[in-house]
Amino acid sequence: MKPLNSTITAIPPSGIRRFFDIAAEMDDVISLGVGEPDFVTPWRIREAGIYALERGYTTYTGNAGLPRLRELICADLASRYDARYDPATECLVTTGVSEGLDLALRVLLDPGEEVIVPEPCYVAYQPCVSFAGGTPVGVPTRAEDGFAIDVAAVEAAVTPRTKAILIGSPANPTGAVQPPEVLRALVALAERHDLYLLSDEIYDRLTYDGTHTCLGAVPGARERTVVLGGFSKAQAMTGWRVGWLAAPAPIAELCLRVHQYTMLCAPHVSQMAAVEALSNAEPDVAEMVADYDRRRRVFVKGLREAGLECPEPAGAFYAFPSIRSSGLDAETFAERLLREESVAVVPGTVFGPSGAGHIRCSYATALPQLEQAVERIGNFLRRL
Amino acid sequence: MREILELLERDASLSHDTVATMLGLPVEEVDARIAGWERTGVIRRHRAVVDWARYEDGTTDGTLAGAGRAGARVTAFIDVSVEPARGVGFDDVAARISRFEEVRDCYLVSGGHDLRCTVVGPDIRAVSDFVSQKLSTIDRVRSTATHFVLATHKRDGDSFAEPEADHRLPVTP
Repeated sequence: MKPLNSTITAIPPSGIRRFFDIAAEMDDVISLGVGEPDFVTPWRIREAGIYALERGYTTYTGNAGLPRLRELICADLASRYDARYDPATECLVTTGVSEGLDLALRVLLDPGEEVIVPEPCYVAYQPCVSFAGGTPVGVPTRAEDGFAIDVAAVEAAVTPRTKAILIGSPANPTGAVQPPEVLRALVALAERHDLYLLSDEIYDRLTYDGTHTCLGAVPGARERTVVLGGFSKAQAMTGWRVGWLAAPAPIAELCLRVHQYTMLCAPHVSQMAAVEALSNAEPDVAEMVADYDRRRRVFVKGLREAGLECPEPAGAFYAFPSIRSSGLDAETFAERLLREESVAVVPGTVFGPSGAGHIRCSYATALPQLEQAVERIGNFLRRL
Repeated sequence: MREILELLERDASLSHDTVATMLGLPVEEVDARIAGWERTGVIRRHRAVVDWARYEDGTTDGTLAGAGRAGARVTAFIDVSVEPARGVGFDDVAARISRFEEVRDCYLVSGGHDLRCTVVGPDIRAVSDFVSQKLSTIDRVRSTATHFVLATHKRDGDSFAEPEADHRLPVTP
């Protein structure tokens, strides 16, 4: 047999998979390993989806997505961040941010071009760059800086092959929210070296201390930036697979070209539900965000009292405590914690080398479970 | 500090310490505010929302037929028409009705009737007796309409349905 695709063969499977397999065989696991809300999609959105099915909205939509949904997405970006995009030519509805990311990378990259990815970062960023024919270049961030992007380090990593910088803010796994001055410096750097910017803002609504800055609204960024967002996190719609990208028309047009030949369109029912989410579900979102914030405070305090150093996560729903004081590496810590105390967390190394010495804990879990998890982590640490 | 009240209204068992952490406040402030609200009647009482249909005591065998028997009781909504009186309107009659222990709620409402009451008793007979002998015989009560509750699906914002299962995988990216 001839060998299969060499790029894909070279990328190892996700390091999370092994923990999933162990956890799946155990009872009574408190899972802090999940990267999705523990809320079910708010009922009014589910109801809109059911109604859409009943009314027979089971067909394709236009490739770019329902015009009404694109109008709502652009109106939301304009009102929230003063980021202005034309719904007709600069906004595309995708099957989740995952597809948007894939489209944007494919459109921006030629084979061999480099994309700088500050890490620790979401597990899919670097493989997606590779799948698009590019070369990911990780640039570490540090807990001491609150995982803010080190713009000088990014600049040092720029080569003649560098094409783009890919960031996620608020970030999975660190919960870091990039400060406006860092984003401004990043845009200036992109202008100096003529680079594109990709900004994954799926967690934009889940920001607790300070406010989120949309990269597309930073002066100078718009013409070279693809903003990615969706409904999975704030609206608790992970399984609906609906997201969007906003970009200048020439980029959006090419993304649409790939999208129309690969995905055709995002699911119609999901788009109808998303229209309801943007039209009427704001109170539900606000309530969920407030709840995450309250749990965040209890959880971070608990981790610190248990003996782990934990940088303040300002966004998303993850804490990224240091486990260096335990003397164990992240993989061993996570595996032993799972086997000995039935608490599932994800080792930081899964998200890049600079995640070493940390674990990712999701606090998208009911408060009593969080309190119990913290107690078990405390027991584990005392036994070491 | 409406948020403190909202948290306690949803779950009165939260410790002051947890509430303080959740809202990023000093625990002393939470203590003081709750004590103040208790004193002034903003917080009238801390109570649990009980699903009596699920209650079983040690004497039941745990089978479905036996389940809930120990906690069995009957709830009825009773709409009452009252002849108003000069100077007090419906207030004096509403106050008289409210004094009965069987009456859990009593509201002045718009529509076809004047008062809507929630009445709880051990069985249908007890509720019927209460209505015919106590409620209907009060001066200026012109008529009553009794609606027995057959099943409770939601009360005080709490759904009584089975909680929705967590379908998430234990570990995801």
